[in-house]
Amino acid sequence: MTPEELDEIAETERQAQSQFTQRVNVCVAAGCLSCQSQAVKDGLDREVKSRGTQDHCQVKGVGCMGLCSEGPLVSTSADVLYKKVQAEDSAAILDSLEGEPVSRLLCRTDIPFFQRQKKIVLENCGVIDPDRLEDYVAANGYSSLMKALTEMTPREVVEQVTKSGLRGRGGAGYPTGLKWSTVSKSVGTQKYVICNADEGDPGAFMDRSVLESDPHRVLEGMLIAAYAVGATEGYIYVRAEYPLAIKRLRTAIRQAERLGLLGANICGTRFSFRMDLRLGAGAFVCGEETALIASVEGNRGTPRPRPPYPAMEGLFGAPTLINNVETFANIAPIIRNGGEWYAQIGTEKSKGTKVFALAGRVENTGLVEVPMGISLREMVFEIGGGIPDGRKFKAVQTGGPSGGCLPSECLDMPVDYESLTKAGSIMGSGGMIVMDESSCMVDVAKYFMDFCMTESCGKCIPCRVGTYQMHRILTAIGNMTATLQDMKMLEELCDLLRHTSLCGLGQSAPNPVLSTLRSFAEEYRAHVEDHRCPAGVCVAPPVGERA
Amino acid sequence: MSSYVAKPSPPNADKRWKLVDATMRRQGQQQRGLIETLHTVQEAFGYLDVQALRYVAMSLRVPLSRAYGVATFYHFFTLKPAGEHTCVVCMGTACYIKGAPQLLDAVQRDLGIVPGETTSDKKISLLTARCLGSCGLAPAVVYDQEVAGKVGTPAIREHLKKWTSA
Repeated sequence: MTPEELDEIAETERQAQSQFTQRVNVCVAAGCLSCQSQAVKDGLDREVKSRGTQDHCQVKGVGCMGLCSEGPLVSTSADVLYKKVQAEDSAAILDSLEGEPVSRLLCRTDIPFFQRQKKIVLENCGVIDPDRLEDYVAANGYSSLMKALTEMTPREVVEQVTKSGLRGRGGAGYPTGLKWSTVSKSVGTQKYVICNADEGDPGAFMDRSVLESDPHRVLEGMLIAAYAVGATEGYIYVRAEYPLAIKRLRTAIRQAERLGLLGANICGTRFSFRMDLRLGAGAFVCGEETALIASVEGNRGTPRPRPPYPAMEGLFGAPTLINNVETFANIAPIIRNGGEWYAQIGTEKSKGTKVFALAGRVENTGLVEVPMGISLREMVFEIGGGIPDGRKFKAVQTGGPSGGCLPSECLDMPVDYESLTKAGSIMGSGGMIVMDESSCMVDVAKYFMDFCMTESCGKCIPCRVGTYQMHRILTAIGNMTATLQDMKMLEELCDLLRHTSLCGLGQSAPNPVLSTLRSFAEEYRAHVEDHRCPAGVCVAPPVGERA
Repeated sequence: MSSYVAKPSPPNADKRWKLVDATMRRQGQQQRGLIETLHTVQEAFGYLDVQALRYVAMSLRVPLSRAYGVATFYHFFTLKPAGEHTCVVCMGTACYIKGAPQLLDAVQRDLGIVPGETTSDKKISLLTARCLGSCGLAPAVVYDQEVAGKVGTPAIREHLKKWTSA
């Protein structure tokens, strides 16, 4: 494969696509598929065939279009989007291609949900067919890889990524350029690149959508990373719970191998790279990098103390670069447009855009990509469309079980790494759950503590025993049997876990409790002192059944 | 002394062991292929029994205790056969605040089992998921691989009734 051959593929594909004067894109990502979008696509295919217009009307399965709650989604042009489409609507949609859109199915695209977004990671999602490499190449795919391989040295690639100011999108926000340069400077004949696609936070589905909608972009990012740090082998560690993402990644790897974009002497250079999938098996702790490495090696996913960091000693003892799916998905545009271009977007310390999975008690739920620094109020009330059923906003939860609940006082805060950490939450991988007054904060804290307790790997004692004890106290508060002494103990345990746990899971497990204790102290007090739950969620069990 | 140990033969003539063998071969019969191999076993047989664990452990030359340790560490692996139908209730954050606990409560009461168990007539297994990633459709339930969104208590009861009466 040479740059010229790649151009040729792109040109052929563009020509083939220009034959079609009519286009109907059907979302076939998991969200819409679970509302029977495959039947919609089949219906449209049948209808086109029966009309004999298949040579100028193209029905294409594409990735996520964002507004998952209104699925199945179908788009026929840049500003005509149909929601809740059924297979029976096929004829009406095809009839409308020449004239006015079908008004009863129309979904407005001039709302802030679509207008306020800035798409870099998701630029191809909902546009290209994730199962076809040619479609990705026609959308400038793999051109960044070619540019890196033929025009740049590995050092220049690292420089561009450093300049871009990109920070790890997995949650901790470690500068990506710094990580890459550490791995590239590590000594070793064998180095690895691992893509962390073990998206375990409940309420987060950004990585899954990217993998299902644009798998080649992640491969391209990994290839560029491997070239920059000098790695020859790579793994994508993906959750077994995402069968569709696994299937599409397998297809993508096979296609790339066939074209010589993966394998030996890529693009006629000395650079070789092999890639394989590793399936996770439902352990949240495997999102932690050292636990993930243990799992790729075929062991129980338990973390180990750092240093040595994986950049020095990682998979099979070799220097290893681990980045999140979204981080890798940002690489191709950075190389294409340069690091400075990327650094113009976002805030001073948090550059670029971030993909969020907006869910919970909010009008528009789905996937959104916004520039860093946007306010929470804009996220919830403009993009999210506010709280349904005329209820009042109570809190927004970010960062999953490692994050916290932000109350209405925080609504005008910008969304970036520093501000969220200062407010007692974290950026996390991008889950954003909106809660209204019907949610009880004690119950929410208990829910996350239950999660951390079950998912604790059991290796270090503060986390194994601490999460159990905290869960016990939170359950007692929910049952209205807790005392003030318990409250004091709860706060002490928070402090203990934070400072003595081995890995991020234990260290951040108190966050949901601490943030709710800080912002919703009166709710805890109502449970403990007045034996009542203001939200009406917690109910004290009959006296005989109390633990 | 030779460290060579002959590769054990499959426990029985079941053709599905060929799939398992193929996975182990693809992993170069290396210990690092343990999790991948267990995935294949579970996909082929539905669950991991002692016989399968013993065979995989011997083939990859890992102690049985380690194979068992890995199989019990990860939630995705199950050591018990599932019922004829499975019902998975998502307990992700979005589903949780939109009423998944009430759904689960209703199912538990109706079937008389807790998550992870199968009804005594082996008809229905009840499971919970950490998050299906279908948060836009909360609360979500998976009936035999098929995801259903915005599920209410009457809907889930009706679906289960169809299974139990069939």
